[in-house]
Amino acid sequence: MTTSAVSAPRGKGMNEEALRKQEVGEQRLLLSLATPALLAVVAVVFIPVGWLFYLSFMGNDGQFSLQHYAKMIEYKSYARVFITTFEVSILTTLICILIGYPLAYFLAMLPPRLAGFFMLAVLLPFWTSLLVRTYAWLVLLQKNGLLNDFAISIGLWDTPLKLVHNLTGTLIGMAHIMLPFLVLPLYGSMRKIDRDLMQAAANLGASPGQAFRQVYFPLSLSGMVAGSLIVFVLCLGFYVTPAVLGGGRVVMVSTQITAILENQYDWGAASALGVVLLVATLAILFAATRLFKLDAALFGKH
Amino acid sequence: MSSQHDQQPPPAATALPIHIEGLTKKYGSMYALDAVDLEVRSGEFLTLLGPSGSGKTTLLMAIAGFNRPDAGSIRFGDEEMILAPPHRRNVGMVFQSYALFPHMSVAENVAFPLKLRGVDAQESAERVAEALATVQLESFGDRGIDQLSGGQRQRVALARAFVFRPRILLMDEPLSALDKKLREQMQIELKHLHEQLGVTTVYVTHDQREALTMSDRIAVINHGRLAQVDTPQAIYNQPANAFVADFIGESTMLPLSRDAGGRLCFADHVIGDAAADGDYSLVMRPERLFVTDLERKDCDQTLVFSGVVREFVFQGETAFALMSVNGEHDIAFRFGTDANSSQNFLHPGDAVALGLNRQDVIVIPQDDSA
Repeated sequence: MTTSAVSAPRGKGMNEEALRKQEVGEQRLLLSLATPALLAVVAVVFIPVGWLFYLSFMGNDGQFSLQHYAKMIEYKSYARVFITTFEVSILTTLICILIGYPLAYFLAMLPPRLAGFFMLAVLLPFWTSLLVRTYAWLVLLQKNGLLNDFAISIGLWDTPLKLVHNLTGTLIGMAHIMLPFLVLPLYGSMRKIDRDLMQAAANLGASPGQAFRQVYFPLSLSGMVAGSLIVFVLCLGFYVTPAVLGGGRVVMVSTQITAILENQYDWGAASALGVVLLVATLAILFAATRLFKLDAALFGKH
Repeated sequence: MSSQHDQQPPPAATALPIHIEGLTKKYGSMYALDAVDLEVRSGEFLTLLGPSGSGKTTLLMAIAGFNRPDAGSIRFGDEEMILAPPHRRNVGMVFQSYALFPHMSVAENVAFPLKLRGVDAQESAERVAEALATVQLESFGDRGIDQLSGGQRQRVALARAFVFRPRILLMDEPLSALDKKLREQMQIELKHLHEQLGVTTVYVTHDQREALTMSDRIAVINHGRLAQVDTPQAIYNQPANAFVADFIGESTMLPLSRDAGGRLCFADHVIGDAAADGDYSLVMRPERLFVTDLERKDCDQTLVFSGVVREFVFQGETAFALMSVNGEHDIAFRFGTDANSSQNFLHPGDAVALGLNRQDVIVIPQDDSA
């Protein structure tokens, strides 16, 4: 490269070719760093999903057929599974917002060092196995579990409440597991809100309540929508917690897929369910990005 | 010295004086404000000037209601405001960061205080248009904040701060984020805007030139105390103490001794009459010194110092030099340059004599706590 730089003509356009080559070289190097990850994504995401997609259009006789999709329209039970899935996901998301917004606000108001300490409380469960946390809730909530025993012993209620193996238990467990996914982006967007803005609002005559409604809340909205969307999408495909805490009464798409595979070993039907869920999820994500102009919140654009 | 100030037009009826008494704010064991007494006159442009950490921003924030002092009184006119929350103080404020609401357009930002005050839509629109016209942003109402340059944001922040006709306007280093040219242009514009609005204005800056350019009066603040409150001319020509003399403008400070008659002297120059007890310093502004004839001696009007050039720097419109007197003291001096005058160029080692008119002599007490 040195030789070509020296031999290049002097004056305007000097070393132009060598400099351009250098730039292209750097871009290639950067791209090569991403190659293993790209290959992994192709290997573990696109190929298997493509295979499932293919299977869902295969009839039991090995010919192309829409029978799996037709069955989903035909039997009411499928519709119910999807309704339950969306119902559980929406309720979990709402519970997360109700608990997570004040929590994130509290964290955002603390001085950064203290906030880091309290953030541990949010993150700690993150570092514990999902299965452990789910069974921990089972221990707490079951008929003769810690919560019922304690409440009865201090006389809050007389007969054990049914807190688990139903929708209540599923929601409690899922909200607990999903909470950090909402709090983290929300906290991030709240931290980015300039404190001068709240002072400016007060200075211009806004009471604390007005300042919150008209300035703080709208500015935290992008983080809240991003977090809610992550929670909602994760809920749609969630398996372990609904399976354990729902006790077979809360049938979501994921648990239904397992049931089909275990009972009928019908890959085609299971794949079709998965494809519909995937398409529905993508459609919701697309609509939400359009609706809330989420590019900024999700991809860190300013 | 204050004749210029006295000739100002009477302040507008909307302006209010600010009376600050014994205002004290401690952070840990450090006094950010140490029993500050300050009168801001109705309709005047007063600048709080001081180095960072001097307490100037703390004082401004206390007036706005954003921090809670430990003791003291802040009255707007006759009304005690020390306990009033910020949203009830009805003062306009321009923040250093501008603090424009990023989710609102320019017009919505400016309309924000009007909406909170229940001004009806039509009047609000008129006043927003009027305010934007005042800051020369008539056609910018629909723009988003992120579509504006720094100078335009500054103007929007300003429009938002005065659109609700506050009786007092506060500004916290509003020009510090702008580049030098724009800053100097905005200084003049702000001065005109103040004359137009007639509102009592308290302006915070650490930039002495800005303070001298814009203010009716300057309050120099250091270590939470007021070092001097006076007109720009008085602050510059008659600094009350070493801190003000050193902080405002360039200066050479020389310790003065006393002769047999108790008169203040530097070397064999008699500088002043017998003053009260204590130690005094001579303060000389570099631009007030002039190069003079080597043979020239002190006279009634002029003090003459002679020495050797130690340093010489060409800085464009002026040249700056240090003259060493007996190898003991350095005297800084500054003079205008021109293209072909070789006498403007001194060389280290040259013998030189400097004259100083007696009217430019500043004598200040040496040990003061300010």
